Amino acid sequence: MNALTHLTLAQARRLLAAGEVSAVELTEAHLRAIERARHLNAFITETPERALAMARRSDQRRRQGSQGLLEGIPIAIKDLFCTEGIRTTAASRILDGFIPPYESTVTRKLWEAGAVCLGKTNLDEFAMGSANVTSAFGPVRNPWTPPEEPVARVPGGSSGGSAAAVAARLCLGATGTDTGGSIRQPASFCGIVGLKPTYGRCSRFGIVAFASSLDQAGPMARTVEDCAIMLQAMAGFDPLDSTSADLPVPDWAGDARGEVRGLRIGVPKEYRADGMPDEIDRLWQQGAAWLAAAGAEIREISLPHTRYALPTYYIVAPAEASSNLARYDGMRFGLRIEGENLVDTYERTRGEGFGREVRRRILIGTYVLSAGYYDAYYLKALKVRRKIREDFDRAFEHVDAILTPTAPSAAFRIGEKMDDPVAMYLNDVFTVPASLAGLPALSVPAGLSAEGLPLGLQVIGRPFDETTVLRVGRAIEEAADFRHVPHGLAGSEA
Amino acid sequence: MALDKATVARIAHLARIRVPEEELEPLTRELARILDWVEQLAEVDTAAVEPLRKVMDIPAHWREDVVTDGGRPEAILMNAPRRHDNFFVVPKVVE
Repeated sequence: MNALTHLTLAQARRLLAAGEVSAVELTEAHLRAIERARHLNAFITETPERALAMARRSDQRRRQGSQGLLEGIPIAIKDLFCTEGIRTTAASRILDGFIPPYESTVTRKLWEAGAVCLGKTNLDEFAMGSANVTSAFGPVRNPWTPPEEPVARVPGGSSGGSAAAVAARLCLGATGTDTGGSIRQPASFCGIVGLKPTYGRCSRFGIVAFASSLDQAGPMARTVEDCAIMLQAMAGFDPLDSTSADLPVPDWAGDARGEVRGLRIGVPKEYRADGMPDEIDRLWQQGAAWLAAAGAEIREISLPHTRYALPTYYIVAPAEASSNLARYDGMRFGLRIEGENLVDTYERTRGEGFGREVRRRILIGTYVLSAGYYDAYYLKALKVRRKIREDFDRAFEHVDAILTPTAPSAAFRIGEKMDDPVAMYLNDVFTVPASLAGLPALSVPAGLSAEGLPLGLQVIGRPFDETTVLRVGRAIEEAADFRHVPHGLAGSEA
Repeated sequence: MALDKATVARIAHLARIRVPEEELEPLTRELARILDWVEQLAEVDTAAVEPLRKVMDIPAHWREDVVTDGGRPEAILMNAPRRHDNFFVVPKVVE
């Protein structure tokens, strides 16, 4: 049955359509894989009964002739999406016992397309982190951890459970959310494809909010085509999200070609940061060479405010988080620690309910929004954010897409970079600029590090031009021909 | 810019987060480190720059001003830490 979990999502669709496999068989194979891989801690909540019931209904629908875009495809959901009747935690103690009475728009669309829910995946608490080490449910083990190493590698974050689950063949695809790199960086660390769509492409309704001007849902899967199919099902206007874009959804599922002839690809000189490891630089140059060989034109570009993107992000995102997370007051849902009076109850509930990193960010956000500091920090950051977006606007007058590394390193070990918050934040140095500008960006696996760990390349596109991003990603995927699988899975491929 | 323990305690109270006394000192160090690092934005000349408040230039979507949801008290109350009939039970608010 292992072969079923090693299919791509597109291959599984074809087998299902041909009647060679049923949704129930496909789902059972994945549920068994999840059971065998519990040591990864990729899931916070497994939903096997629901999965089998959904698979049975899917097979029934197929017999009746109707079939959605993801009919019978087992997927996993980052535990930041509210799912009606299934515990939703955001990997935080403060949502203790919370069962949403409603469904997020993105997951509702996935179920309407026929997808099967395997469970809810682990993440950094409230999606705040780059290593999945801030989860109240414990860290996730990267399935690529070399077997001889005593300490596990991180899967990246915040969508670390989703990335690990896709890489370990526990699902055919998973949802992620990306605020500053939370889809792309874990995709790079786990050797899979992850796409952050344009801000506004997918509805944010029902996704636990972190930083509302940055948060965006997107697909994580093992191929660019699989991501295109998933995005097709996830995207679209939603009246329940006032920032959702009322634009037509292109046919990405039907147009996952890797044709890049004539495209102009920008390589930003400012991304060649001080101390970039040689292997990352080499991979980046290799990526540009692949695209050139496929007929694209490579141009050096300048994004002069790149180095200010991270500090801008670490003002804007915590400011928005401090406001969004004010709702966790212990009164209407989630954890309540009774105190001596109302304020004491608030302070105890929030003091015990939030983990260290979430507390840090709320406090930074409260500080930069407080009287006397608002102009110096928050307003200043919004102005620099405009400069960063203008850099991209100018660059896109000369190029059609931008190529960069996804992350400054391969997956590090659990426990590393934990003493200094800023050292952890530097993980997102290449992903945050596109987030601040709201641009679509994809990470595609392109090679292995000297230690045998996956490395990804990032493709950034114009607003709402996921089509070009997917095409360039597909061209890199074809040239890289990345066939490596995580340790322990290689032998099970037959 | 020096961030001191008293300021952190004040901010924590504003954010309604209890921070144990022994954690104030390391927390102050961590927050000061982050704030020192973001200070570099001062280098950027933003004199004539409008703050970016809208990420995508998409026109706001209008809809009819009609009720689209509601009348579901059980859904609203099902996660209440404490409830009584159709009410949330909360600590005394008015002294």
